[in-house]
Amino acid sequence: MSSTTTAGSRPGTEESFTERVDRLRGAAYRIRRHALDMGEVQGQGYIGQALGVADVLAVLFGDQLNQRPDDPGWDGRDRFLLSIGHYAIAAYAAFAEAGIIPVAELETYGSDESRLPMSAMASYTPGMEISGGSLGHGLGVATGMALGLRHLGNPARVVNLLSDGELDEGSTWEAAMACAHHGLDNVLAVVDVNALQADGPTAGVLRTEPLVEKWEAFGWTVRRVDGNDVPALLGALDELRPGTGAPSVLICDTRIGRGVPLLETREKAHFMRVEAHEWQIARDQLDRQHETGAQA
Amino acid sequence: MTTSAKPRLTTSAMIASFADPGQRTSPAPFGHALAALAEERPEIVGLSADLAKYTDMHVFRAAHPERFFQMGMAEQVMLGAAAGLAEVGLVPFASTYSVFATRRAYDFLCLDIAEPGLNVNVVGALPGLTTGYGPSHQATEDLAILRGCPDLTIVDPCDSVDIAAAVPALADHDGPTYLRLLRGQVPTVLDEYDYRFELGRAAELRTGRDVVLISTGLMTMRALQAAQRLEADHVDVAVLHVPTIKPLDRDAIVAAADTDRLVLTCENHTVIGGLGEAVATEIALAGIGTRLGRIGLPDEFLAAGALPTLHDRYGLSTDAIVARIKESLA
Repeated sequence: MSSTTTAGSRPGTEESFTERVDRLRGAAYRIRRHALDMGEVQGQGYIGQALGVADVLAVLFGDQLNQRPDDPGWDGRDRFLLSIGHYAIAAYAAFAEAGIIPVAELETYGSDESRLPMSAMASYTPGMEISGGSLGHGLGVATGMALGLRHLGNPARVVNLLSDGELDEGSTWEAAMACAHHGLDNVLAVVDVNALQADGPTAGVLRTEPLVEKWEAFGWTVRRVDGNDVPALLGALDELRPGTGAPSVLICDTRIGRGVPLLETREKAHFMRVEAHEWQIARDQLDRQHETGAQA
Repeated sequence: MTTSAKPRLTTSAMIASFADPGQRTSPAPFGHALAALAEERPEIVGLSADLAKYTDMHVFRAAHPERFFQMGMAEQVMLGAAAGLAEVGLVPFASTYSVFATRRAYDFLCLDIAEPGLNVNVVGALPGLTTGYGPSHQATEDLAILRGCPDLTIVDPCDSVDIAAAVPALADHDGPTYLRLLRGQVPTVLDEYDYRFELGRAAELRTGRDVVLISTGLMTMRALQAAQRLEADHVDVAVLHVPTIKPLDRDAIVAAADTDRLVLTCENHTVIGGLGEAVATEIALAGIGTRLGRIGLPDEFLAAGALPTLHDRYGLSTDAIVARIKESLA
């Protein structure tokens, strides 16, 4: 799906759409760099997912979420719920890029006493709203937060990043029904569809398609985009604003390892092992891709 | 075949209450207590998973419709949503049947509510053996499941007096709680004793030289009845009521057990993993060697039927407790 370059500037700023796209591509590049640096600390992990979802996180944190990086507990903040706790490495990279945690702290990732455990935990990390990891929890908590915020007259949004694997969990669909039934248009679900889960390709583990039709049937406003296409993400998210009386879902098709050819072609990609000598190769490949603008 | 009239059968539909015939009761004490509390505290909200009418939540719903959230027959999202409501500053009471809150939605109770230490109050109706509907609805192991959950406060009230006092106490407690709910026409018993519900505290309702019954939930009512009956046989029975299962009032339990009296625990729950095992642990750890017995449900899936029949069969009726004490003293 392509987006038009005539789309508007960000509300409240003078920034043009092209400037937004350029800025967010830069952010996505730095999120990927941070993820590779953190991955090297452990030598393995959910690096492929972090690279795949970097553009989505860049657009959310750099453009969509109303937050105060120096005050992560601000009452009026848009809530970002990472129900896929194993994507913590990606979230930390985005938090650092957004200024919520210092970049220098990323090197403690997954180490004893660090605020950045390998699986995301709310009590450890500023900006981490929930402890995900047991999948299918995020959208239920989002439902309650959205009901509560609306009840309290707080205009903040609740954004839940979930994965296609989480759609296996029945609790996700309980929450999808509840959000639609209660007309929670302050909920935005973002589904990272990388078509891969622990036991193999999603199509073979438990078929989730057709996703657009499923969410629509549950009463949601749905957009589906290439999740590695920054202009497409921006265009869709600009359309999915509150005020419609229905919750919104953005389905993002992403590629595991995106931006690093060495890792895009890995056979065992769900939980990736990267050899010590490969990290610098990966960084070099990422830099080259970013410089040549081979993004979208 | 036979020409004589068939005897009228006792059915579970006819006899679904554990209250004795003619016993003083109070209607929907939980619903009324919650509605009254919400008058004073605007942050109180209620949730139900399609069982508002059957968990006395309908009283709150009628009084405060804008603060009631129906989540449908979906216990996982109900507990997740309760966590979300608490995260933004509200104080939820989420009610369903105990079996669904524990067996079905435990991961959500544990990770969404208890791990972040939220002030969410999970209210489970039909605890232990309080329905004749069979194992699908009998939460005979809810305490065993939940006692393992860190930082969860667990209350097993005896009657309408306990429930009315527990509701504001649970809302005041800054952390997750689980209330074993007695619903509908709930017996009123404890107002005849010098007693006030206090979260985390056990209370000696009766003193006695021969036997001490350490009881919780509706079994305290039965323990008191049994103690009264045994007076005629010159058996002097003390009753220690333990409405808070967790945190347990260890000092009161150890003090009650540290005598040469017969000690019996009484609970409306399987003898596995409930009050009996908790008391046994505390007594053993305190180094007390005493005769200890457990009155509770057997380690099996129970039958369907009328409650009085089942309570008698499985040893929870007053008759059964009296018989058990006499047998133990013989």
